[in-house]
Amino acid sequence: MTSETVKCKKCGGEMDAEMVAKHRKICPRCGNYFRMTARERIDLVTDGKTFRELDGTLVSRDVLRFPDYEKKLEIARLETGENEAVITGTAAIGGHPCALFVMDSVFMMGSMGTVVGEKITRLFEYATEKRLPVIGFTCSGGARMQEGVLSLMQMAKISGAIRWHSSAGLLYIAVLTDPTTGGVTASFAMEGDIIAAEPGALIGFAGQRVIEQTIGQKLPEGFQKSEFQLEHGFCDLLIGRVNMAQTLADLLMLHKEQPKERRNA
Amino acid sequence: MSAYDKVTLARASDRAMGSFYMEQILDHFVELHGDRRFGDDGAICGGVGILNGEPVTCITMKRGDSLEERMKRNFGCPSPEGYRKALRLMKQAEKFHRPVICFIGSPGAYCGIGAEERGQGQAIAENLLEMFGIRVPIITVVIGEGGSGGALALSVCDSMIMFDNAVYSVISPEGCASILWKDSSRAPEAAEVLRLTAGDLYSMGIADVILQEGYRTNEELAAELKALLIRELERLKKVSAPRLLASRYEKFRKIGG
Repeated sequence: MTSETVKCKKCGGEMDAEMVAKHRKICPRCGNYFRMTARERIDLVTDGKTFRELDGTLVSRDVLRFPDYEKKLEIARLETGENEAVITGTAAIGGHPCALFVMDSVFMMGSMGTVVGEKITRLFEYATEKRLPVIGFTCSGGARMQEGVLSLMQMAKISGAIRWHSSAGLLYIAVLTDPTTGGVTASFAMEGDIIAAEPGALIGFAGQRVIEQTIGQKLPEGFQKSEFQLEHGFCDLLIGRVNMAQTLADLLMLHKEQPKERRNA
Repeated sequence: MSAYDKVTLARASDRAMGSFYMEQILDHFVELHGDRRFGDDGAICGGVGILNGEPVTCITMKRGDSLEERMKRNFGCPSPEGYRKALRLMKQAEKFHRPVICFIGSPGAYCGIGAEERGQGQAIAENLLEMFGIRVPIITVVIGEGGSGGALALSVCDSMIMFDNAVYSVISPEGCASILWKDSSRAPEAAEVLRLTAGDLYSMGIADVILQEGYRTNEELAAELKALLIRELERLKKVSAPRLLASRYEKFRKIGG
């Protein structure tokens, strides 16, 4: 019997895919992180069977009649078994209720079109109404070119929803995972009260090839990695997969809503 | 006129841009420099002037005229300091109860090592977040090329006026063509599919007013822009701050909803 194998991008080792999946998709040889699907991520961080999906049936339409977009969407749906590049819902983490969004890098590189924008916006609106904290896992190549300027405007729309959630005194934790770039970095990834990142993730605004073309030189080792962002002051902490659920539970506990009489007027 | 003709016009090196219109419509303009964090970005210029008897804060992307000035202004590609300066001036406008007018015309936010080290993404994100809370009217005028997140960082507004030969896009037509067909020379086709003209943005509910250019001189266009701005500000001045913020959110909330 042959089982499916996966190859580690960092150390080149080949290993049993099922075993890797069972161990938080961490390479047993070098500790490198394999990319996770949104569902795997939800299983990793939420308390068993507490996740309730919202707006799971929203699907993108080819509003601009962009070349090959329908086909790309169809392939992405087949490849991932998901309707879009983000999954939203509610869950408990360490017993603490929260609203959750998780992007999926396999679905058209996690790109943000109008449905991704709409789902995340609705989640923040829902969380504002129900007074829930939001935890969001980002991984995205940025705005989805195939929906033109409508995609771009989702950056503003989501930011507006976050602003209302924040004004209500509610917590938003962004967890940046590999890769978080472009319009997602330039909007909701960088708008958390707390910004965490997985070690070794690529996080930046401009793509590395674009920068190299612009400046005409190679980029230094470690450029735009999570550790680089931590060093430059753009994220609060790095959280490894082994500690992810516990650290998020701690952060949620530390931000539990204070009773009214203990707040300053 | 094809979409790419408009891209070409929007980018033309002799096209009058934000600083020209600011000179034409404002009296007593005083430029204010610096982000109070790191530096002063020449690609974004802002300050206070009088429009129709009332003070306004104006912020524009600026590419400069001579080659020397263009280099100094990084060809109009803002760095994080530029966006932070813009936000500082908007908060200052809020404090002194005067409206904000932003002028857009830039290939996009600068892509370089320093810009990444100083948080280009974070700077744009912070503007998007904070502009939804600025309690004075914001009007954005798109004059040239509105390039991606770098333009969006000055575009959260109550009213968007767009010149009819200006464009606004998620990606440059060249960038789009090289991704789609591995051939940036097919940019004219990409410009069509991206739907980036003023007419497109108006039909999508993003642009609110289109300023027809026709064969008019820049001075004539400035006079019309001034009249339009005065009209829009009169309308927005009557709205209470909470109502203003709610409808600003509503304007963006309904895009792609």
